[in-house]
Amino acid sequence: MSIVIPFIILFILTYGYARGVTVYDAFIEGAREGMDITLKIFPYIVAMLLAVGMLRASGGLSLIAFIMKPITFALKIPEEILPLIIMKPLSGSGSLGVLADILKKVGPDSLIGIIASTIMSSTETIFYTITVYFGSIGIKNIRHTLWAAIIADIAGIIAAIAICSRMFQ
Amino acid sequence: MINKIWFFIIAFSVAFAATNGRLELLNQEIFASLKSSLDLSLGLLGSMMLWCGLLKAAEKAGLVEKLSSIIRPAVGLLFRDIPAGSAAMGAMIMNITSNMLGLGNAATPLGLKAMTELQKLNRGRETATNAMCQFLVINGAPICLIPSTVISIRASLGSSNPGAIIIPSIISSAAAITVGVICCKVMEGIGGNTR
Repeated sequence: MSIVIPFIILFILTYGYARGVTVYDAFIEGAREGMDITLKIFPYIVAMLLAVGMLRASGGLSLIAFIMKPITFALKIPEEILPLIIMKPLSGSGSLGVLADILKKVGPDSLIGIIASTIMSSTETIFYTITVYFGSIGIKNIRHTLWAAIIADIAGIIAAIAICSRMFQ
Repeated sequence: MINKIWFFIIAFSVAFAATNGRLELLNQEIFASLKSSLDLSLGLLGSMMLWCGLLKAAEKAGLVEKLSSIIRPAVGLLFRDIPAGSAAMGAMIMNITSNMLGLGNAATPLGLKAMTELQKLNRGRETATNAMCQFLVINGAPICLIPSTVISIRASLGSSNPGAIIIPSIISSAAAITVGVICCKVMEGIGGNTR
């Protein structure tokens, strides 16, 4: 699996080069955007690592995990990733901070770390997207959108846990 | 929403720590978290520059259009009531493609454009159409071929294999979209059919 990334890099650059793109200039332009994005999300990461860190240090996180135990146990959700599941539908940059916090605790290559990363990259900020997209065109009655999106989100989480447990055990 | 949650997490943490004698631990954590935010962001910076740089090259080479033509038939099948050559269909396909390449910055404006075009087909009513609901559900679990941010964050935290999550992520998204689309099709009939 670790050989995938060099080949992705080779493929993209070769594809661009063959089409006459000045890949070096494009890379620099994109890298500058990447720098801007990172600087833009830096305050969010500070805010979220602070909040989640405080919640953990105070013992509040264990309390919430204890209360949610019946649900997490029934769905086989590791309790470490609970904060991510709650945060992800609400905020992209917020959940990135939460993911970083989880990966730091359990290690990015542990099974739980891989499950958390998979959930992060396969689900979206559904509440945010629904609000912004419908808000932009003046839709008031969103019908079944929210419920269908929440059910899909849960299905994605369960799939991530099942697949990662099988692939990386 | 986030404003409330963030405030209550912090307020609750301080109050809870005060009641169970963990204030000293809490104080240490506040400063530890600032240090780890800084370490994390510095590590993230290099990796994000790599991926955004590569994706810019891919964008300029027309990889978005290429991928669009590949997924067009599948999207057409999902949205049978939207005319194939319409602006709405075009914007939806471009939005889904941008999401597949992890081009979040490009995906959002295209998604908003798609909603505007879908609203024209809705003749400006205030009730969402079936197509809008389904489009948003698909947007809620985007299949991402290169999840650059997550790969970057894993790399910056010392993962020996940051890309290991690509294939499980694609399968999980596909599962979520399948379930979501089935939900849409079932729920469309319930509660009054609007177009």
